Amino acid sequence: MKKLLLFSVVALATAVTYAGGYRVSLQGNKSLAMGHTGVAIVNSSESVFFNPAGLVYLENKLSITGGAFGVFSDVAYQNAATGASAMTDSPVGTPFYLYGSYQATDWLAFGIGVYSPFGSTVEYEDDWAGSHLVNNIDLAAIFVQPTVSIKLSEYFSIGGGPIYVNGSVNFNRNLNRTLTDLDGNRSEVTVDATGVTKWGWTAGAMFRPTESLTIGAHYRSEIILDAEDGDADFENIPNSPLTPFADTTFNASLPLPAEMTVGLSYEFCDKWLFAFDFNRAFWDVYESLDIDFADENIPDSFNPRNYKNASTYRFGLQYDATKMFTLRAGYYFDESPVTEGFFSPETPRNDSNGYTAGLTVNISDHLQIDASFLYLHFNEVDASYDGYTENGQSVPFRGTYKSSAFAPGLGVTYKM
Amino acid sequence: MKKSIYIVLGGLLTLGFVGCEPEFDTPVTDEGFYSSGDADLSNYVAVGNSLTAGFADGALYITGQENSYPNIMAQQFALAGGSETFTQPLMADNLGGLLLNGTQVGQNRFVLAADPMTGEPLGPVILEGTPTTEVTTSATGPFNNMGVPGAKSFHLVAPGYGNPGGILSGAANPFYARFATSGTSTVLGDAASLSPSFFSLWIGNNDILSYATAGGAGVDQTGNLDPSTYGFNDITDPNVFAAVYSEQVAALNASASGGVLVNIPDVTSIPFFTTVPSQSIPLDAATAAAVNAQFALYNTQVLPGLVGVGVISAEEAAARQINFSAGVNFPIMVDDDLTDISMILQGPPFNLPASIAGLLGQLRQATNDDLVVLTASSELGSLADPNDPNSVVGVAVPLGDEFVLTTVEQERVATATAAYNGTIRALAAANGLGFVDARAALAQVADGGVSYDGGLLTSEFVTGGAFSLDGVHPTPRGYAYTANLIIDKINQTYNATIPNVNIGNYGTITLANNVSN
Repeated sequence: MKKLLLFSVVALATAVTYAGGYRVSLQGNKSLAMGHTGVAIVNSSESVFFNPAGLVYLENKLSITGGAFGVFSDVAYQNAATGASAMTDSPVGTPFYLYGSYQATDWLAFGIGVYSPFGSTVEYEDDWAGSHLVNNIDLAAIFVQPTVSIKLSEYFSIGGGPIYVNGSVNFNRNLNRTLTDLDGNRSEVTVDATGVTKWGWTAGAMFRPTESLTIGAHYRSEIILDAEDGDADFENIPNSPLTPFADTTFNASLPLPAEMTVGLSYEFCDKWLFAFDFNRAFWDVYESLDIDFADENIPDSFNPRNYKNASTYRFGLQYDATKMFTLRAGYYFDESPVTEGFFSPETPRNDSNGYTAGLTVNISDHLQIDASFLYLHFNEVDASYDGYTENGQSVPFRGTYKSSAFAPGLGVTYKM
Repeated sequence: MKKSIYIVLGGLLTLGFVGCEPEFDTPVTDEGFYSSGDADLSNYVAVGNSLTAGFADGALYITGQENSYPNIMAQQFALAGGSETFTQPLMADNLGGLLLNGTQVGQNRFVLAADPMTGEPLGPVILEGTPTTEVTTSATGPFNNMGVPGAKSFHLVAPGYGNPGGILSGAANPFYARFATSGTSTVLGDAASLSPSFFSLWIGNNDILSYATAGGAGVDQTGNLDPSTYGFNDITDPNVFAAVYSEQVAALNASASGGVLVNIPDVTSIPFFTTVPSQSIPLDAATAAAVNAQFALYNTQVLPGLVGVGVISAEEAAARQINFSAGVNFPIMVDDDLTDISMILQGPPFNLPASIAGLLGQLRQATNDDLVVLTASSELGSLADPNDPNSVVGVAVPLGDEFVLTTVEQERVATATAAYNGTIRALAAANGLGFVDARAALAQVADGGVSYDGGLLTSEFVTGGAFSLDGVHPTPRGYAYTANLIIDKINQTYNATIPNVNIGNYGTITLANNVSN
């Protein structure tokens, strides 16, 4: 337990994740191994995240599970017209989770979860071809979710709870394509906000019409992080009244979109479990990233995003091979929320196919080790971001992108 | 058991490190994605003047050099199998000034200053600071960029042009003195000794430009085949140009797989000559009448009298009429192509005092066809004598000859330019080299502009984006445009596929209020 705690602290200290519409679906090793399904699966306290209604069906009085992932993700960019190319050098992301559930009575369970479902760390080389859009970004949000789960009947349960979010963002980009100081250093701005907090909520329901079939539904609310009085740090600004940039504070809002999930699981041939989840993320709330600088002389920054709602289709399979080993595999298709003409290198995400696998090792009746592995495949995509303007004229940033992401994970489950 | 899990996990992690790099099906960085065709770009050498050096804002400084068209081209060449390195004789700082034995001999760069209160642009001013580039401290070569600011065509073959001892007398060039291989070397010899596999040559601009920027206050040396007798502001004889130019092409082409020759733009494409209007003197009716009264005798008596005695033609007399009216007027000016009548006016029947006769000696009013140079902007309307309110330049005191490029002078420049350009085109054709029509390209920038992804590139001073604050030399964006022109020609001539740059990624003028007052 102490070790686990230590692990979590380390995980907190590092940045989260891979390049993507900044939703990071890595909230449990057991689930991820099955294509990150779980809305209709009852087998661990990972249900705190996937569907709180499932907690009350857990067999153990106390179930604690925690783990983390190493996310190795990079993006390559090139433009054949100019020969410009770039490769991100993003740090390894370490999204983590820690869930606990306690069976208070036959019909009532309590749970708590700490997890990091949103984040993005992308680091391009400074002053690369798209540096007027982003040099680097580090976005992280930690969710804390106390949960209650109530069995209304043998077949039906509900669950949910409030979510407390603590988020941070650090974003650096050049002010435009050309402005420099006298020595040619590109003028840039870093906006930084930490400790941005907000409340949200989650609720789910589970229906178990037969021994082998489970149906689940789950909703997590939209949470809009309002950064207030964050630090805006301007560097390499020419000494001129024509460039009125000076360090100031800023306000900005970043939406963490709502997500609805429905799905089912089905046990068959005794040792097999099939699961399907459908996620719908309501990304259309992310219309624009607007940075309002407190200093009135500094023009505010408007960065249209025009995201659309996006679906994910997840499939998972579990096989109880032996008393010792449970094997899992999965696949998902993840639809990008990015719309045409708004493919920003800050979240360069196109549709992807996720391939997952993993296993649980039952060390004892109380202790399990969970391991999983994700390979996320992106096709090469020709895309442009048209939301950047100069002199009132859109200046598209075009190119070809190729992303890759790779995430091994390890977790521990303790039951009694 | 646990151990084996760690091993498996360790293996996965390692896989993650090696397997994660995203890779394109056809990366632009792969050999063969871009081709240099028949050209060998492994050792590109650029020869020329200030334009080749990356001179801008009236000075040579590091970031300007980094944005020289040869350096921009070399970076694109590197994508097509060219060398990764392109060496330039970088200055010591971004101020741009030049020291000779500790004494400043070249001015710092211009920057655009603005009024601290209103934020209104004040125009180009000299950046403050003490330069650190000492001419006598040699830059260690060899250098792929052999652009020498100020060089004329014949200077490239002049031994001793890099001898520091000759700088103050004007026989040598401080920029070349920084990296000349010896006190007797020539720019061409140093360049040819690099055995270029590919070269560019853009020379001849100064052979007409120093005459033009001096408002024609020089001599058209057409017919004089000895350039050692030329003054700095003179026009080079076209035969002299042709002789040294063909020598340069032969020397550079000896080792090269190919090259490009760039021709000379028209001065009318350059904001130095197109920014200050020739009609620039606002007067009210009363003042205009008072000034006209001063010139009444000159208009009605002196000029017809001189025509009568055959000193000047009726046509010249008409051109010399001075007439102001309410509104914006043409300034009075000195035109050294007019008959100098100052001596005649001191004799009978005029008997004018020397000062008045001198004033009227080669006087006329400017016309729409005159090109007033950029540096006249601070002269026009100012007081020639700060204590005499009746000494307004352009009204009571003529604008100096060196501030106006008259139609006659423009004709001389155009004639010489056309001759040079004929030579350049012919030599390109004769040697199978790429001929870059910079004249046509800059004319397009000046007339309507060239659109790019962020707007329109024009030759409008300060705001057009193509020209730096000296009004003559391009901005980085202007140089990037030039680089694309040359790359296009190389692709066409040598079946190459070198990519262009996006000129919108290159800056224009520099803003700063760090200025000395």
